[in-house]
Amino acid sequence: MESWRAQPAVFWAFVLPGALWLLLFFLVPLGLIWILAFGERVGPVQIDITWTMANYLAVFDPVYVGLFWRSVWVATIATCIALVMGLPVALAVSFAPDRVKPILLLLVILPFWTNILIRTYAMIAVLRTRGFVNFGLEYLWLLGKAFLLPFGLDEVVMGERFEPLTLLYNNTAVIFGIVYVYLPFMVLPLYATLDRLDRSLLEASLDLGAGQIRTFFSIIVPLAKPGIISGIILVFIPALGTFLISDLLGGTDSLLIGNVIERQFKAANHWPLGSAMSFVLLYITFAILALRAWLTSREEARARA
Amino acid sequence: MLGRSPVGPLEYTRRLWLRLWLLAVFVFLYAPIVILVVFSFNDSRRNIVWQGFTTDYYVRAAENASLIEAFGNSLIIAFVSTILSTIIGALLALGLWRFRFPGRAALDGAAALPIVIPEICMGVALLVFFNRVGFPTGMPWPLNLAPIVIGHVAFSFPFVAVVVRARMIGFDRSLEEASKDLGASEWQTFWNVTVPYMKPGLIAGGLLAMTLSLDDFVITFFTSGPGTLTFPVQVYSMVRFGATPEVNAASTVLIVVTVLLTVIAVRWQRPDKEVAKLG
Amino acid sequence: MRDVAAPIVEIQNVTKAYGKLKAVDDVSLAIPRNAFFALLGPSGCGKTTLLRMLGGFEHTSTGRILIDGEDMAGIQPNRRPVNMVFQSYAVFPHMTVADNIAYGLKVTGVKRAAIASRVEEAIAMVRLDGMAARKPDQLSGGQRQRVALARALVKRPKLLLLDEPLSALDKKLREEMQLELVRLQTEVGITFIIVTHDQEEALGMASEIAVMKEGRILQIAPPRELYEHPTRRFVAEFIGASNSFPCEVLAIDGQNARVRSPLLGELTVERSAPDVTSGTLIIRPEKVRMDFSTPEPTPGEALIRGTIDQIAYFGDLSIVYLTAEDGSRLQCSRYNVSRIAAPDPRPGTACTLGIHPEDLLLVGD
Repeated sequence: MESWRAQPAVFWAFVLPGALWLLLFFLVPLGLIWILAFGERVGPVQIDITWTMANYLAVFDPVYVGLFWRSVWVATIATCIALVMGLPVALAVSFAPDRVKPILLLLVILPFWTNILIRTYAMIAVLRTRGFVNFGLEYLWLLGKAFLLPFGLDEVVMGERFEPLTLLYNNTAVIFGIVYVYLPFMVLPLYATLDRLDRSLLEASLDLGAGQIRTFFSIIVPLAKPGIISGIILVFIPALGTFLISDLLGGTDSLLIGNVIERQFKAANHWPLGSAMSFVLLYITFAILALRAWLTSREEARARA
Repeated sequence: MLGRSPVGPLEYTRRLWLRLWLLAVFVFLYAPIVILVVFSFNDSRRNIVWQGFTTDYYVRAAENASLIEAFGNSLIIAFVSTILSTIIGALLALGLWRFRFPGRAALDGAAALPIVIPEICMGVALLVFFNRVGFPTGMPWPLNLAPIVIGHVAFSFPFVAVVVRARMIGFDRSLEEASKDLGASEWQTFWNVTVPYMKPGLIAGGLLAMTLSLDDFVITFFTSGPGTLTFPVQVYSMVRFGATPEVNAASTVLIVVTVLLTVIAVRWQRPDKEVAKLG
Repeated sequence: MRDVAAPIVEIQNVTKAYGKLKAVDDVSLAIPRNAFFALLGPSGCGKTTLLRMLGGFEHTSTGRILIDGEDMAGIQPNRRPVNMVFQSYAVFPHMTVADNIAYGLKVTGVKRAAIASRVEEAIAMVRLDGMAARKPDQLSGGQRQRVALARALVKRPKLLLLDEPLSALDKKLREEMQLELVRLQTEVGITFIIVTHDQEEALGMASEIAVMKEGRILQIAPPRELYEHPTRRFVAEFIGASNSFPCEVLAIDGQNARVRSPLLGELTVERSAPDVTSGTLIIRPEKVRMDFSTPEPTPGEALIRGTIDQIAYFGDLSIVYLTAEDGSRLQCSRYNVSRIAAPDPRPGTACTLGIHPEDLLLVGD
């Protein structure tokens, strides 16, 4: 690295566009809503900045606290499911033969090339009462019934009519949707760390007498920790702030914080409250990132000790 | 013969349970999209049970003037935002990679923020920004797309910067020194040595920026003015009225276009395989 | 109790094919107990594949591998009585030295108290005292290798496999570790199998060496025999340097052969193996006598006239490269035994080379 003074013209040409764009179209807008969160609504469009804390206090209304809480646990469950689903996939892709690997990787990435709205919309046809999951279940139900018919048990065990499950417009649907949309975000960082993992470490573990499961938990998981943490963050944070998925797949009782923020800026037109909520969401995000930074620095400190 | 040899200790991909797992996950990822595409040809207004093949809904989607306009707008937004993000992101990556300067850590950290913060926060912030700074609204096409492009660039170029920087980590600075030693100027060195090395990173970054732009809903939703038609917002309002085969047809077209664009981009990257190997 | 004289490892007609390519081609081999056995060959000769098959990381395509009389087919690496020192050492980066060494005992259910004492013993054995609590990234390359050794030896395997163990070390450390490995092997009395492409390493450490080429074993012999009695030209040229002369075999007489060489004339030389009935004559450079005065052959000696092309001075010895009168290129090494001896001759000087037929060997091509 060289000092910027060595070639100021080159330096400015490199750094200025990005720095300006970041300042004008990212930091300034964030600053604006930070200020707006201390404002009071005096007219339909008129907002006075009175440095009131009323908006932040309003966020601590039990209704909104409940919303934040629900967003956190929905995101947590979805992240856990994505991790459990994604880890074997990442393992399989990174250990695949060279000729298959790019194909599997492409299959993981390909859904990204479909707009998030379309993917969420596609879930509706799968989950609704007359959707494909229920069609599949009904088919199994009919099979089961046909199987039990000779024993005269069909009515007793399977019931008279197939009762479709209510899969759409509830929290389960939202969790399902989040996992569906953000699974590649989990797989890719996991794959990146596993792919860099020295194969001989795993062979050494097996060679020393550990079985595959033991090797997985004592060697693969600890060494893939950076990837696991990245994957968790990459899924958890967008899941926490999602509004589209809960808007399309959730019911009236599965509103998430993202929906309420959107509402403040669109239908309800209460920008100061929406701004305060956005900032609470941001503070939670920062807390998670700080936690990760603290965890990694502690790890490094321990390695050096 | 290879298939019948016993499974090696680390050949996880050949273990049955893992294969089934992979299969299940891929079915989970692809079944909804495949169903969506198939049912765009379904001859039924309610679109729940298969009634017969038709291309009516493609015709109807094509006759829907606002949908076509929205589609075109989204492609233009993706195109412009990809180019801008790639240039800005690559330059920033080079700046951070090459120079030591006061505030470097702060800039580095700030540039990572758009990647990590929830999209909705950025969306509402941009909404407030364009409203408060009095960004002219109701401008003639295509200038009315400017706020959306600005927003897309703001969240895409940090990704490009990350990708390009990852590429530059492997760059041997003595190559630049060798170039200058052989008599090339700063500019010639940049153009003949640095850029060719950076190229795979540029292409990957550009591809990512394009994907992000085409995939985005939230930022577009909050930055598009009342008169501006964009594809995701248009489809969103259609979906809210109910799932029709017309939405499926329009979505299928977008999927096909995105995949085609990406395939072309990847193909275009091919001749650079050798460069990538050298690196 | 098994027969002590029985080999610890028996490899019977083992082949490993990757598609059409045969990495290991019909290899049969028996390794005696307590040996320090080296698999030597250029890269890609199949030596590492063979080692990994012993460890259980690769399957044999055909053939059998027996360790201590037991067929290893279908036995996973974690169930084999062998341990391995990997080329990259594969020391677990997230564990301390002590945890690394204890790992193999812990996962196989050895009692806690026994683990502690055995780990301590192993640490002392590889001379890592005081490093037990360190993490691998605080160790030097040599120390990491000692951890890998201790980790494998603490399990008291029947067989220790070492995959190019010294290739990542610098020259000084490599020489030190060579002595250390030999000391350890005698101390623990476990059979060591080492894979290497470095002939000096193999000659300096092993009690027996197998030379491999393109998936096949060319010769198995103790170091001295391998150097003085190579059976094939490839072995002679791979191990040490040699001068070779094309020749025509006139008659075969028991161990010897009557040959005619354009440069050396007609002579009787030893055959390297019973099946060698044609081939090339070889002689080691240090066995060639170089003379600058008028040629005066000792009885039976063949003489060659040549001109010096180039001299490489290495301190302890100098290697002289020459062109013989018929244009063939030869080399000859001279030990610089005296500090005040005359300096090496200059390039272009004419000289005479004396070759004793008993130093020549007829090897197969």
